[in-house]
Amino acid sequence: MDLVRYTLRRVLLSAFVVVGVTFLVFVVAQVVPSDPAALYAGPRPTAEQIAKARVTLDLDAPLPQRFVRFATAMGTGDFGVSYKSRRLISQDLAVYLPATLELAIFSTLLALLLGIPTGVIAAARRGSWLDRLGSLGSILSVAMPTFFFAMLLQLIFSQWLGLLPLSGRLSQQISIADPLPFVTGFNLIDALMAARPAVFLDALSHLILPALTLAAYPAGIAMRLTRSAMIEILARRHIVAARALGLSAPRILFGHALPNAVGPALTVIGLSFAYALTGAVLVEIIFAWPGLGRYVSEAILSKDFPVIAAATLVVTLCYVVMNLVIDLTQTLVDPRVALT
Amino acid sequence: MTLLDIQGLSVTIPSPAGPVQAVRRIDLNIAKGEIHGLIGESGCGKTMTGMALLGLAPAGAQVAARVFQFDGIDLAKSADALRGRRIALISQDPAAALNPVLTIGRQMDDVLRTHTLQPKADRTAAAVALLAATGLPDAAKLLKRYPHQLSGGMQQRVVIAQALATGADFLIADEPTTALDVTVGAQVLALLRQLVADRGLTVLMITHDMDVVAAVCDRATVLYAGLSVETGPASAILTRPRHPYTAALLAALPDAAPHGQRLAAIDGQVPASTKPISGCAFSPRCPAAMTLCHTVPPPARVRGDHRWACHVAEDAP
Ligand SMILES: Nc1ncnc2c1ncn2[C@@H]1O[C@H](COP(=O)(O)OP(=O)(O)OP(=O)(O)O)[C@@H](O)[C@H]1O
Ligand code: SF4
Ligand SMILES: [Mg+2]
Repeated sequence: MDLVRYTLRRVLLSAFVVVGVTFLVFVVAQVVPSDPAALYAGPRPTAEQIAKARVTLDLDAPLPQRFVRFATAMGTGDFGVSYKSRRLISQDLAVYLPATLELAIFSTLLALLLGIPTGVIAAARRGSWLDRLGSLGSILSVAMPTFFFAMLLQLIFSQWLGLLPLSGRLSQQISIADPLPFVTGFNLIDALMAARPAVFLDALSHLILPALTLAAYPAGIAMRLTRSAMIEILARRHIVAARALGLSAPRILFGHALPNAVGPALTVIGLSFAYALTGAVLVEIIFAWPGLGRYVSEAILSKDFPVIAAATLVVTLCYVVMNLVIDLTQTLVDPRVALT
Repeated sequence: MTLLDIQGLSVTIPSPAGPVQAVRRIDLNIAKGEIHGLIGESGCGKTMTGMALLGLAPAGAQVAARVFQFDGIDLAKSADALRGRRIALISQDPAAALNPVLTIGRQMDDVLRTHTLQPKADRTAAAVALLAATGLPDAAKLLKRYPHQLSGGMQQRVVIAQALATGADFLIADEPTTALDVTVGAQVLALLRQLVADRGLTVLMITHDMDVVAAVCDRATVLYAGLSVETGPASAILTRPRHPYTAALLAALPDAAPHGQRLAAIDGQVPASTKPISGCAFSPRCPAAMTLCHTVPPPARVRGDHRWACHVAEDAP
């Protein structure tokens, strides 16, 4: 019962956030000093062309009416056309968003798998060389600049060992000679749906290095958070009780202590997922990854407002959904969360 | 038949302020089927004695004993193997002893799964039976509940059911009723007593409450500053204490106060556990202390199955 009420409350709150952001985006578009009609009309427009653009963009209608029209358009996935390329934004997003989501989801999973178990083991073996090694690793992964880490990975795994591709989403012999049918835009999923395991492995091998680069920071933080939370929990009375009941060490660590300790790490990893959606520009550039970050950066530089608005809303939506998933996971792990 | 035989147990814990003598020298002899009280003021080493039996003394602690045997098995070597198999713990605060984020069912099942090879359905049935055996109504429904949804008394019954689930025949109950209100505490004691009778268990009942000793214990051992100072049948300890410390503990009971005048707890302080003891540990507080008591350790005295350590030779029959 608590859980149902809690879920409803979170969903409502999320919807509220999305509507709020839509409103904000609209307001910002009104106050930015550049004239959308002039931008839309193309380079060095005449007064006539601008006037025509004003009519096309319907800029003279009253504000509330324009907001309603804007919100409905956004709500139905009609993001309009880019001022610059004149392409349909929804078409661009269909390519860039899955590429970014694939990378962000995969790196989030890596961060979970790398950060949390190492934190648990470091706490269980506090003061041992394993713990020290883990601390060193987490400090390095947090402190090392992203571009440097990316290039280091490329140097080791691509140049020296030749194990993984340097950049891109797929090898050229696949993407050019024998492309995947576009279904979801997620290469891993499309390859599975087309029953092409070789392509799946190729896509996976392209994903590893950029995902590892993105995962380094959240994994390092999650490791520290898990370690300190675990140390606190392991001293609790119910852990002594579990040991006195004869439970095995792994069951106590992962089954009894971790669910009490994992909350902060989950929160940080969830936040970094949101960051990876548009903040991963550097990683996308280094690994030639056709993602949302680069798309939006270019739009910002050319004041391509409809693209910025559409990307902002899509990212907000992804973020809100991810947050919801994390919050609900937390309540499954720790039912007391739903009571607060 | 003796189940637990401990002589000269000591537990020393390193600390920044020097080694802490949590247990200095304790003798404990418990027969099969007996409920044996372990009494003493806070800090006298009751919990640490129990932890040493479970092989759960703090990291770095030194546990030593002349004799340290459970059912003929050397605890110094085998405490880890016996813990949660033949020896189980019921701890003071059931709310803290249960994991707040796991259901009762999951916590019962984790114990059963550790100790049996039964399939899941059988384990669930076993969990329900054990919970019911501790007097919990609607045991099947309880499996899906979380500890915070239960009252303190119910939580303590779950903890007891977990201890039973291990199949252990020796329970260490560390102040099992302290966190409960008086009536609920009395019910839990009655339950333990009944389980001991029905299942042939043996219990080490740690308490600072003479009423608990009176209610359920067959025999008792009195600790002072990490030393066992007196041991004997519970009735003898309660009605005819031989050691002045036991006598003082009994006199400090509110019931013994004349005309409802509540006696203060015993005057003075327990000696610091970081300092060595010269003579009798109780001498700074003992009303019967003699000069000798401050320098010479008291001799062991025996009368029948009643033993104590004191310089005063109590010769009354
Ligand atoms: N982990 C520890 N490190 C250092 N000293 C400890 C530790 N645990 C207990 N002690 C010390 O050991 C002594 C005995 O403690 P213990 O917990 O056995 O007392 P107790 O008789 O159970 O008291 P209480 O009635 O308060 O539970 C105390 O002086 C205590 O300060
Ligand atoms: S030995 Fe002396 S100080 Fe100690 S209890 Fe006996 S009389 Fe008191
Ligand atoms: Mg204690």
